[in-house]
Amino acid sequence: MTGSSMSFSRRMFLALAAGGGLTATLSGTAAKASRIKTAARIVIIGAGAAGTALVNRLVDRLEGARITVLDARREHLYQPGLSLVAAGLKPASYTVSQTTDWLPGGINYINEVAAGIDPVARTVSTASGKTIGYDFLVLAPGLVLDHDAIEGFSPDLVGTNGIGALYGGPDYAARTWEAARKFTQEGGVALMTRPSTEMKCAGAPLKHTFLVEDIASRTAGTGKYEIHYAAPQASLFGVPIVAEKVRMLFSERGIATHMRHELVSIDPGRKLARFAQTRPDANTSAEVTSMVELPYDYLHVIPPQRAPEVIRQSGLSWSDKWTDQGWVECDPSTMRHLRYPEIFALGDVAGVPKGKTAASVKWQVPVVEDHLIAAIDGREGTAIYNGYTSCPLITRVGRAMLIEFDYQNNLVPSFPGVIAPLEELWISWLMKEVALKATYNAMLRGKA
Amino acid sequence: MQELTLETMLAVFEEIFGRGLFWTMVLAATGITAAYIYVLIRDRSMSMRKFLLAQLSMPLGAIAAVLFVQSVTDSGFRDVGGPIDLIVLLGVAVVGAVGIAVLVYTLQSLIRRTPQSTAGS
Repeated sequence: MTGSSMSFSRRMFLALAAGGGLTATLSGTAAKASRIKTAARIVIIGAGAAGTALVNRLVDRLEGARITVLDARREHLYQPGLSLVAAGLKPASYTVSQTTDWLPGGINYINEVAAGIDPVARTVSTASGKTIGYDFLVLAPGLVLDHDAIEGFSPDLVGTNGIGALYGGPDYAARTWEAARKFTQEGGVALMTRPSTEMKCAGAPLKHTFLVEDIASRTAGTGKYEIHYAAPQASLFGVPIVAEKVRMLFSERGIATHMRHELVSIDPGRKLARFAQTRPDANTSAEVTSMVELPYDYLHVIPPQRAPEVIRQSGLSWSDKWTDQGWVECDPSTMRHLRYPEIFALGDVAGVPKGKTAASVKWQVPVVEDHLIAAIDGREGTAIYNGYTSCPLITRVGRAMLIEFDYQNNLVPSFPGVIAPLEELWISWLMKEVALKATYNAMLRGKA
Repeated sequence: MQELTLETMLAVFEEIFGRGLFWTMVLAATGITAAYIYVLIRDRSMSMRKFLLAQLSMPLGAIAAVLFVQSVTDSGFRDVGGPIDLIVLLGVAVVGAVGIAVLVYTLQSLIRRTPQSTAGS
């Protein structure tokens, strides 16, 4: 074979090299809108996903604005990772970074909780007694978990006596895995719950159920365990077409459902959970509530979720909706407060029908940015939020369904015809496992 | 994805691997490609003998790439659930195969340059 060879022209190499050079130049030419000069005072309550993403975009758009960010927590939590921590797939540290790592320079960061908001005087007061005036206020404090609403439950119990509660944060998610792992190895009865209130990531209770079942099927083995899913709602997911798919998957996997069951108390000593079961009376069709006890070896608790006290006390919540929860009264398409146009709500605290998720935040932030900048510039904003949210609904370790939907319960797939939303796919898992945190972090920096 | 720009993609890749590792990998890939182009220009021909060994290494690169991706993502062959998954799997294999072929060819050319008398026609 000494005679065989292939000739390449120098011109071809130069063309290749030029192509490489072009790609390199493109990266530096991202178009940036010109910065607007202003002396506006902007206060952002909360440096979570929403507050951080917004402030990073605002400093790129505004020159001279006096921006204050308030948040008492020093750690930034990557909450979409908690489901993975609670299934032993990632360590607790996977979800933790420092708030200051993400905040831009040139802003005023106050490491304190907002203690009061006066929307008439346009001031925010802090726990230490500082008062900050604002021209624009963005409410992004997240939500609070109402652990006390479940009698007999306390966060200290997580990780002991077969009790898990992954919503509490990285440490609670890791302790949840300790309890769940024991179940996946030894088998028994697992009882998965969800609250009757609005909640962040409504897919998470399902993910935890699917993951625990999958791991148990590989370790304890079929026949050694039972999984029961109990929820106060009438269906398994807010979007009907997804609820049906989940119902079919639950049926295939042998997961029993107890709909219209709201967890009210637990007895950790006897390993019993009490539920208020609602059903229509056979004769009168009126709703009747009765108490039901279910036993467990592993119990996953998701407490009711509400707006922080400072929001509920400030008169900014809806008065005719979610009155026990206190979400901010805002226009669902602009996130702007209905009574105070200089106030916006973002993320979990917003009183909009769907999506207390990071994906919602990713879509809400540019809308608030547009309307806020327009207001500073004396214009009307044009961006509209259609309720988009997404949920990489994990169904096994290694598979997920990439479900994306809007306010109208329409499926709105990003990759139609390529990534089917209701199919359990490896690529959707890869997105959750590999690309999601990267996209999230890029979003925090205001770049996605 | 809302705004899928090159800047966003770069930001995403920086986050996946970490800024340092990502740009190190980009530099390594660029360096190997540049070295490959260098040896092709230098030799003015492609040696089929070296290319044969490079081709023989391709299945190894393909398998290694697939196993690497599966191990870093806690998944396996049983998770392939639809046509797009097969395409992704094959894509990873192709990238691994081509990558190792270029690397093997370049290393051979750099380490033991074939004497002029026996190379080419």
